[in-house]
Amino acid sequence: MHELGIVFYIIKDVKTAALEHDVQHVNAVVMNIGEVSTIVPDYLTDCWRWAVTKEPLLEGSELLINIIPAVTHCDACGREYETVRYGKKCPHCGSDQTWLLKGNEVEIKEIQV
Amino acid sequence: MTKIEEVKVIEIKKSIFADNNKDADALRGELKDRGVFLLNLMSSPGSGKTTTLIRTINLLKDRLRIAVMEADIDSDVDAVKIKEGTGVESIQLHTGGMCHLDAEMTRQGLDNLAPGAADLVILENVGNLVCPAEFDTGAVKNAMILSVPEGHDKPLKYPLMFSVCDLVLINKIDVMPYFDFDLDKCREYVHMRNPKASVIPICARTGEGVEAFAQWLLQEVEHWKN
Ligand SMILES: Nc1nc2c(ncn2[C@@H]2O[C@H](COP(=O)(O)OP(=O)(O)O)[C@@H](O)[C@H]2O)c(=O)[nH]1
Ligand SMILES: [Mg+2]
Ligand SMILES: [Zn+2]
Repeated sequence: MHELGIVFYIIKDVKTAALEHDVQHVNAVVMNIGEVSTIVPDYLTDCWRWAVTKEPLLEGSELLINIIPAVTHCDACGREYETVRYGKKCPHCGSDQTWLLKGNEVEIKEIQV
Repeated sequence: MTKIEEVKVIEIKKSIFADNNKDADALRGELKDRGVFLLNLMSSPGSGKTTTLIRTINLLKDRLRIAVMEADIDSDVDAVKIKEGTGVESIQLHTGGMCHLDAEMTRQGLDNLAPGAADLVILENVGNLVCPAEFDTGAVKNAMILSVPEGHDKPLKYPLMFSVCDLVLINKIDVMPYFDFDLDKCREYVHMRNPKASVIPICARTGEGVEAFAQWLLQEVEHWKN
């Protein structure tokens, strides 16, 4: 499953950060997840709960998810719009010379200790 | 009495793909130094990766030294098929149920091949259109196979996959009459995601169009070695 693989990468990065900051136990990890990142937040938190039972550093910790709304920029008219609502075609001018400005993030924002 | 627990926050702000991207760039650099071209081949399960590889390798094996790394499923069925169908070196990578390969797993696979014995290494990635697109394997080029029964609108549904691919092979064109697959529309959708992608229609079953893919590979390998 996609989300489980992602959880392993998060754990790896959190472990590295914990080592750097000399942290013994993590209470929560806050993620920035883009609306169109293909990650299903519920699956991610389910996988997290299961995976952390095996990690003393993270036992009982929570995965908190911040959803980043997806925004597309239009090169033709220079405006921006909601990606999920309008897709590839700019609702202002009809052009499809558009690209995703944000909404694809899968990043660790912070850890709470 | 209430006890106020102190929460300390450590800012990280780092993409979980960052480390892998770095590993992948390093691997590409080493491949350049060694003159080895690595192709990452992706698709949904059953689109025809193994069949296409056997056809293509048989066209090219007298002109290039080729090896294959199979990651599609955790059995060695495909690795054995390639070996029997072409005679080239072919190994099975074990992904342990993961939905993709990352640069580290790819490097381990390369280390298991006979050293210095191949100019072209082809990685048959896990059959999946989502995860493999997110993890750079360190390959020089990415290719994907879209088969006719999957429909011409796949590039709209899996934008990331199509935006990372340098080449899209449209396979199973022999069954085109039975599906309302619009090749021109498909090309248009692919180019919306990646204007520079090449599109080659093929039929791995009969071999039609496979010569064009072989030609593409020859050119890319030559270009990489110079
Ligand atoms: N009709 C038709 N079937 C094909 C073609 N290429 C592959 N197949 C069939 O599709 C199935 C899956 O092919 P395979 O190469 O194993 O796909 P993979 O899972 O992507 O490696 C097999 O039954 C093949 O015989 C083609 O060009 N036309
Ligand atoms: Mg296969
Ligand atoms: Zn516009």
